[in-house]
Amino acid sequence: MEIEGFIALYIFMLAGFTGFEVISRVPVILHTPLMSGSNFVHGIVIVGAMVALGSAQTTVEQIIGFIAVLLGAGNAVGGYVVTERMLEMFKSKDEK
Amino acid sequence: MDTIVQLSYFLAAVLFILGLKAMSSPKTARKGVIWAGVGMVLATLVTFFHESVTGVANYILIIIAIAAAGAGAWYSAKKVPMTGMPQMVALYNGMGGGAAAAIAAVEISHALHSGGGAIKAKVEQLLANNPDMSEKAAVAAAKADIEVGGTVGSYLGTDVGILAVLGALIGTVAFTGSLVAWAKLDGRMQRNSLMPMQQYANVLVFALAIIFGILTFFTTSPVVVVLFFALGLLFGLFMAVPIGGADMPVVISLFNALTGLAVGFEGYALGNPAMIIAGTVVGSAGTLLTQLMAKAMNRSLANVLFAGFGQGAAEQEAGPGGEMKEIQPEDAAIMCTYASQVIIVPGYGMAVAQAQHKMWEFVQILQDKGVTVKFAIHPVAGRMPGHMNVLLAEAGVPYDMIFDMEDINAEFEQTDVTIVIGANDVVNPAARTDESSPIYGMPILDVDKSENVIVVKRGRGAGFSGVENKLFFADNARLLFGDGQKVATSLVSNAKEL
Repeated sequence: MEIEGFIALYIFMLAGFTGFEVISRVPVILHTPLMSGSNFVHGIVIVGAMVALGSAQTTVEQIIGFIAVLLGAGNAVGGYVVTERMLEMFKSKDEK
Repeated sequence: MDTIVQLSYFLAAVLFILGLKAMSSPKTARKGVIWAGVGMVLATLVTFFHESVTGVANYILIIIAIAAAGAGAWYSAKKVPMTGMPQMVALYNGMGGGAAAAIAAVEISHALHSGGGAIKAKVEQLLANNPDMSEKAAVAAAKADIEVGGTVGSYLGTDVGILAVLGALIGTVAFTGSLVAWAKLDGRMQRNSLMPMQQYANVLVFALAIIFGILTFFTTSPVVVVLFFALGLLFGLFMAVPIGGADMPVVISLFNALTGLAVGFEGYALGNPAMIIAGTVVGSAGTLLTQLMAKAMNRSLANVLFAGFGQGAAEQEAGPGGEMKEIQPEDAAIMCTYASQVIIVPGYGMAVAQAQHKMWEFVQILQDKGVTVKFAIHPVAGRMPGHMNVLLAEAGVPYDMIFDMEDINAEFEQTDVTIVIGANDVVNPAARTDESSPIYGMPILDVDKSENVIVVKRGRGAGFSGVENKLFFADNARLLFGDGQKVATSLVSNAKEL
């Protein structure tokens, strides 16, 4: 998808404000889980890594792309499991 | 097909934002991570149908990589104990940064190929049209014709080129920096400098990395690009090594924000809106979170990054005068059972000793005997803000018994016994009074104001930050030496007999 320069600038700006807004009223007890959660969200890098590997033309690009997918998958999967385990602790009593 | 792919990316971006929003309230937090997870799975699956993804070999490689790394990360994340969570976050974050940098490397490699190819084609065309033209002249003419001469920047375009290079720099720094943070928190690395004049070396490497970043934009040479990536990796290492273990949470949060930014930039380079939005949201949310954490520790971000915490402490003169007074578990148990209010101040040491379950058992015995018990949590108790709450919740302590610093500080004056277990710097009165102390100005729990203080400690040494604690020498303080779990166990058995 083509994203023209200024449209992208607006996307960056709006997404930036969204990030601030989403987190601005978070209680201290959720700082660590939230950091872990945002760490998981940037695991979306795996999508870019897949495109990079999928469009590789030379062996070197394939190797670098392969590493990118490895790292991206580690970020996404590890990030999810760790966040899930932390938030598991916030179950209220009647849910157990 | 492309419409479906783009629509799925759009949905994923919405789910990420909603997920993060839900994660900022305890009631909805668990739903939030599931939403974000659905978004991630959706985005990953549709990418197999992305128009740029071609070649059977590449498909196989993608599946192998996801399966291998996914299984490894799943296993390690399931296995790690709760106390080890912060370093795992650092590790996975570093992987994300590395992935962003690797994407940039592939993009730049494409550019080097195609840029060079374009010149070659032009030269051949010129030579064919003008038989008497020398090859040198043809190359010069071709380079002049294709704007900047088939460089990375001219192939990718100014905007994509700049953001791809910036994302690469940030990604490489976040990669090695996070790995250092992981190694430090995991106790695999203690050293605080790699060489003399580390600070100057850092500035030099940073400057070189920037210069090579600019060169990368204007180059046709793979050597320059490789050097650029190497310098970025080196800078991440150099930047993180001098930072003390106590400051690592702030640094991890910073690297988390940086990785988000790098992902956003590479998303632009690839024309992938899901990456742009998710990356930028994390970038700004992470920046805010970093500031909140630094504020909770009363340290400015600049202070964390550019001044080694440990160094100042090491230069401090010998500990304060006075004597530590010991107490035995039997006496401590008696003191607590006959108190009307007891406050427990847990620290990372308690979690490492796995004493939280036994402490909770002890608290329940006290409650049966009519003692009011509260837990007081310093904003940075544990390794990160909120980490201790997670650890106590794991032991089954209901969260209405857990109080934040602001809510409980006034209560210490009416408290008969305060038990400090595995915490040190967060109860050090020097933060209030001693301007020369490296932790001066940090908000602390005013445990020294309670009638009696029992400090459970493994040994006589200084705390995590290396700062001596005057509290241990105070008149109302008693020290209970021993491993946290053993101490808690004997407190339980002694209290049961009473």
